This record gives sequence, structure tokens and C-alpha cells, in this order.
Amino acid sequence: MTSTLNPRFTFETFVVGAANRLAVTAGRTVAENPGSAYNPLFIYSGSGLGKTHLLMAIGHAAKALATQLNIEYLTLDEYVEAFHAAIAAGQGDAFRRRFQNVDVLLVDDVQFLTNRKEMQAELLRLTEALQQAGHQIVLASDRPPAEIADLDERLISRFSGGLVVDMGIPDYETRVAILRRKAEERGSKFQPGVLETVAKIDFPNVRELMGALNRLIAFQAVNDTPMNEEAARNVLGVSTAASSSAAPSPVASSPAASSDEFSQFLSDVTVTVGKAVEAWRARVAEAVLRWEGEGYRTGRLEKLLDQETPAAVDEAIAAYVQDVDRLKALEAEVAVLDPQAAGEKVFRDPDHMDDAEAAAAKVRDGAAPPPAPSAAFPLETYFAGSSNEVALSAARDAIAKPGKKYNPLVIVGPSGLGKTHLLNAIGLELARKKHAIVACLSTQQFVDELIAAIDGNRVDWWRARYRRATALLLDDIQLLAGKERTQEELFNLFNQFLDADRQLVFTAPAHPNRLEGLEERIISRLEGGLVVEIGEPDKDLRRGALERLLTTQRVPMEPALLDYLADRRVDSVRSLTGMVQRVVEAAAAQDAPVTAGLAREVLEGAPPPGTRRTTGLRTSGIVVSSAGGVRSREKMVWDWPASSDRVIEDVR
Amino acid sequence: MSLVNFTTREITCKIVYYGPGRSGKTTNLHYVYGRVPETRRGRMVSLATQTDRTLFFDFLPIDLGQISGFSTRFQLYTVPGQVYYNATRRLVLQGADGVVFVGDSQARQLDENIESLQNLQSNLLEHGVDVRTMPLVMQYNKQDLPPELILTQAELDDALNFRSVPSFSADALHGTGVFETLKGISELVLKKLAAGSPA
Repeated sequence: MTSTLNPRFTFETFVVGAANRLAVTAGRTVAENPGSAYNPLFIYSGSGLGKTHLLMAIGHAAKALATQLNIEYLTLDEYVEAFHAAIAAGQGDAFRRRFQNVDVLLVDDVQFLTNRKEMQAELLRLTEALQQAGHQIVLASDRPPAEIADLDERLISRFSGGLVVDMGIPDYETRVAILRRKAEERGSKFQPGVLETVAKIDFPNVRELMGALNRLIAFQAVNDTPMNEEAARNVLGVSTAASSSAAPSPVASSPAASSDEFSQFLSDVTVTVGKAVEAWRARVAEAVLRWEGEGYRTGRLEKLLDQETPAAVDEAIAAYVQDVDRLKALEAEVAVLDPQAAGEKVFRDPDHMDDAEAAAAKVRDGAAPPPAPSAAFPLETYFAGSSNEVALSAARDAIAKPGKKYNPLVIVGPSGLGKTHLLNAIGLELARKKHAIVACLSTQQFVDELIAAIDGNRVDWWRARYRRATALLLDDIQLLAGKERTQEELFNLFNQFLDADRQLVFTAPAHPNRLEGLEERIISRLEGGLVVEIGEPDKDLRRGALERLLTTQRVPMEPALLDYLADRRVDSVRSLTGMVQRVVEAAAAQDAPVTAGLAREVLEGAPPPGTRRTTGLRTSGIVVSSAGGVRSREKMVWDWPASSDRVIEDVR
Repeated sequence: MSLVNFTTREITCKIVYYGPGRSGKTTNLHYVYGRVPETRRGRMVSLATQTDRTLFFDFLPIDLGQISGFSTRFQLYTVPGQVYYNATRRLVLQGADGVVFVGDSQARQLDENIESLQNLQSNLLEHGVDVRTMPLVMQYNKQDLPPELILTQAELDDALNFRSVPSFSADALHGTGVFETLKGISELVLKKLAAGSPA
């Protein structure tokens, strides 16, 4: 695909004159320091003035100086063809990589970029990539960048950012030198004056000059006699008069020779300007293009270019880059808290760092951590007993190795057995760990939050809030039933937590597979960890709980009372609490001490004892004081019918 | 005057040829003028007395065309060398980007050289410019004279060039060293551009 460098086209065979000295000097410099001198180097000249020769000469010279360099020469058409072929073969990326590894890329005939938007974009990208990697790019065209029709502004500025040099039509002396060298290369000898005659003819370019020389060589080969000036003119079809008018007079030729001194000076100045002015300008322009490409505002850098005396350009660029880095850090931070806010423009404008900082601070403040476990349920106050020891030990394991041992941990059991307490206790313990963010909340709250987030168009923010958490504890997971969107969100969160080994704890009234309205995928994931049940409080647990309850109520610890109360079967600790409160309230009303007898009287009342059910009693600590005039047992509804009976009543 | 204007993308270098009377400042400019293609140079303005001494100043604008996207112009000035034209000298020095000190290599002119150099320093100071910060090159002219009449470049360097700026021996009449000097000062001036942003 890539053309090989023509071995004849080297600097040695390139005839240097005033018209092309600058380009050749620049070319040599580039070949000697690829990527650092002028990048890109843009050479333009009319057709047939040696662009291709110069490009290849740069390639040869660079290769000769550093053989390991990867040098590619190709015309734009070849580049386009290769690109299309690569795209057709689905190898676009490979194609790009291939060219990004070229150390010196020589592209000829870039004027054909006209009307090729996609190639312009491709070339811009490539130029950018090569420049950033410090690789040299040399382009040749028959006109300056600004005159290539439809050329992308960015490409123009890119090209102009390096060095743009032109090659003119060689002067008379150079033409003679070219003719002599070419005739010699071809082993032809001409009579003195013949080549000078040819050189006097105004050819628009060297190629035509070569054509003329070829004709002379051909004619001389068929004729035995050497050609003289007159014959040469005839062969080339130029009249004597025309040639004399075109020929420079001896007087005129002298300034041409001495004007060389000025050309030399000009090229020296150009090199100096290139080194001095363009160096920093190029650095600024490079920075502008780079950060602009990344979507940052570059007004500050652009202002540098407008400045008359550029002071401390590198410092300014460095400060800019520092600000951009800070913006990136802010953006990354904000992205975690609120992905939507991260896309805001303030994080792309290094000229207004304060705004960005303020915006980040706002997001930081607004990003409340997810609901934390309640401090009212420490692990120390959790009553342990044989009925819940499996759950408790699983909880301790989960605390010791969050996410590693049982994930998720599902605590199931009827209401009032301390599931919520255990859940919060686990949460509190987990929250003590370093960098821990524990989300611990009821499923209802979880659902409500999501609804609010959807309403406020902040679902991303809501999600990010939970994704940051190191542990997620949801109470009463059965409430998810029928909430499809929440299940969906939870499912995603679930997977993320599992993947990251972050602890998940749930509570449910029954085994997950008996919960209705939950999606199969959620259920199967809940079952994938450990499901532990908490049973009805056993006697030890009841006793332990009673001791603490009586202590907190400041009731003297009577063994008889304790025995009596502990022996009563309750379905939950909550009922137990209610029971104790009733006894204590009754004692307070009667102004009597709390004794076993009083307790019996209060709890069992008048005969027939045992008809009263304590099971299913949901006092929840709300107790109607017996001192309030409702002493009469008949007026107190102690036993509510079972809920199923009530429903049937209602339906009837 | 600004040296580089990035808004209009212009570089303008004002270079002043300074030195004692009859040291060859105007000759330098004439030679440059003769070598610059007509399209590149402006009219050389020369205000001279009848004896061809510079009365006010010579002015030669040169257009170097587009260099790296900058349209680059050099303005070459000479000052009148005679001691009594000091006001003119000071005026011409204003806003100079670089100074070429054209010294007379003749041994008997050494004192004039030194005096002119001191005058340059004091005139620059009047403009608030420290001679140490001003791009400066020395040109020892008339090196084509018989050796017994002139000092060598080394001797002149010892006597005049105590700041060790670039120095050139020249024969302005025949052009030797003229463009070398111009190139030398141009480099200094243009490099000063980059001083604010070290490459």
C-alpha cells in the first residue's frame, strides 16, 4: 500500500537554489530531528518543482541517521484507498494503529483533501496523534493549506502551527545546475552553451525542464553530430528572439546571484523565527487543540496568543493543565455522587475554577449518605437465646467478614422477634469499619425514595447514593411485592454488591420462597446466601430480656416474679415487653409493688384463667392504662379476633 | 513599538546601526539595500548633507514576507554619528529591538569608538533600557584597510566588547560581513522573543 522511497530522490540529487533553499533547510532539519523541529512540516510548490523529491529525501536522510525509524511515504490517494479498504474489511482500528506507529509520515498531494470531509477528520486525528507521540509528519501540496478548498479550519491551523514553506521556480543558475546534473546522470554530454540555452527558456517547472532535456538527449542520440545551441533551440521549438527575451541579461543575472545573500539571510531568519516565535506559539496552540479536543474551554490559552509579549508561557500552560486536572478530580468526585451533575459545563471551564469548586461543594452537600442504621438498636442490647443463636452467630460472621461469608444474609421470622433490632445492630457494627457507608433502612423507605427520585428526575443520583454504600441492609423485604421498578433497581444493586463482596442483609417474615409478589430472580438471589430463622423466644431468652426490662423499669428483681413472667410463653420479645409494661402500669395504678401475685392478677385476672390469649397480642408497648377508669375487664377488648375472621366479617 | 504582534501576526524588528561618525553605518544599509529584491524592500530614506554625511537618519524597511504565518518586517535605521546630533540619535534609538554597533577598525579612531559606545549606553538609559538587556552585536568595519592602520578583531574585542556580544569583522563597502552582522543581530532579537518562554 505504501510506496517505497525512490532511491534516486535524495538530498544529494536535489539541486538547491534560492527558490527552494528554505524548504530544503527545513527538510534537512526535520530529517535530523524528526518530531521536534517543525511538526508538521508543510511543503507546497507548483507542480514539478520537487515536492515528492524533497519528501523522499527527508525519508532517506531520516532513515540514514536512525535506521530503526519507521518511515512511510504515501500519497493522499493511497492513504484514502487504504483507509477505505480497511474500513470495508472492518479493520479501521488496526489501520489507525498502524499509522500511529509511524515515526516519520510523509504524505504527498494533500491538496486532494478538498471535499473529503471524512478523510480530513481522519487526517486531523492522525496528525494530532502523531504530534502528541512526538512523531514527525511532513505534508506536501501544490498550494498552501489556507488555499486548499473546503479544508477544515482545524487542519489549517494544525498545518500552519508547524512550518509552512514553499518552493519557487528555480532561477536561471539553478536551472543550469539541474540540467548539468541530470545530463550527467544520464551519461549525456552537450556542447558548451547548449544547456545554458535550455535553461534560459522559461519553463514553469522542473519537470518540463526535464522533458526538454530528454528531448535533447533523444535527438542527440539519433544524430551522430553533437547538438549546438541553434539545433537545441530548434528541437525545442523556441525561436531565437523568444529565447533572448527570456534569457536574463548578464547585468540582470548578477543581482540574481547576489540576491542569494539575501535569500540565505531570509532562510536563516525563518529558522530563527521558527525556533523562537513558533516554538512557544506551537506549544500554546498544541495545548489549545488538545484540551479543546477533550472538551475543555481554552479561552485562557487563546488569550495568550493575543498577548503582545508572551511572558511565562510554559507556566501559564502548566497552570492551565493543573486546573484541568483539578476539574477532572472534581468531576470524578461528583460523578460518584451524582452522575448527572458531573456532565455540567462548569467542570469543563478552567477559567472559572471557583464555579466548579462551588458546584462540586453543592453536590457534595446534597449527596446525603444513604440512611444509616438506627443507633437505638445496638448489638449489646440484643437478647440472645437458643431461639436466635443461629441468626446471631450468622450476624457476627457477617460483621467479622462482611460480604465474604454469607451474602446475602436473610433473617426470617415472625414479627416482633427482633429482626429489625438485629439488622440495625449488624449495620451499626459494619458502620464502625473504616470507610464504611452502611445503608440501613426499611424497604418502604427504599421504595419511597426511589419514587421521589423518579419524580425529581434524579434516579442517577439516587442510584449513585446506594452504589457508594459498602453494605445494604433492608428491613421487611416482603414489602417489595408488586413494586417492579424497585425490584429492578434492587436486582441491579444486588448484583453490584455481590460482585464487589459487599454485605447485603435482609429481613423477611417468612422464607423468601414463600413471599409473594417477588420476582423469581430476586428470590433466587435471596436464597443464594444464608437464610436464618428466628424462632419464638425460649425461656432463657425471655428471662434475660425480662431481667433487663425490669431493671430499666426500676422494678425490684423478685425471683418469683421473674420465674412467673419467664414461664409465660410469648410469641415475641415485643409481647414480652408489653406484658411487663402492663404489670408495671397496674402496679403503679394500685400503688402496689410489682410482685408475682400482682402480675398474675393483672395477666390472668379473675378466673377462668388461661382463656386469655397472649399469643397474637400486639401491644407494641401501647398500653391503655387501667387507671384511666376502664378498669372493667368487659370494656377492654383483650382478644381481637384473628385477622382472617375479621376479613370474613367485613365481606359479609 | 511591539516586536511581535500575535493578533495581526506581524513581526517587526527595528534594528539601529549605531557607531561613531564615518564608521560605515550607512554603507551597511546601502549594501543590504542592493541585495534585497526590489519587491522585498521599501524606499530607502536617506537624509544626508551635501558631503553625504547622515544628517538625520537612514531608514530601510525590508519585508521578509510570511514566515511561519507571520508577516515579517525588518526596519533598519542608522543614526548620525557626529557627536552634536545626540538628540537625533536618542530619538532613533527609541523602541529599537536591537543595536548593531558599527566600530571603525582604524587604530586612530579607537577613542571615538569608545565615546560612541558610552553614548549608546547613556542614550539607552534615557529610554529606561539597560544596555545589558538590549540585543547588541559589534561590527568592526574597514577591516580591508592596510593592516598597519587597523586593529584586529581580537584587539577591538579587547577594547570595546567587554560584554562579549557577538562580533563581526566587516568590509561594508564590498559587503563582507554585512549580512553576517544582520543575521547575528536578527538572531539575538528574535531569540529575545523566546526569552519569556524558554524553549
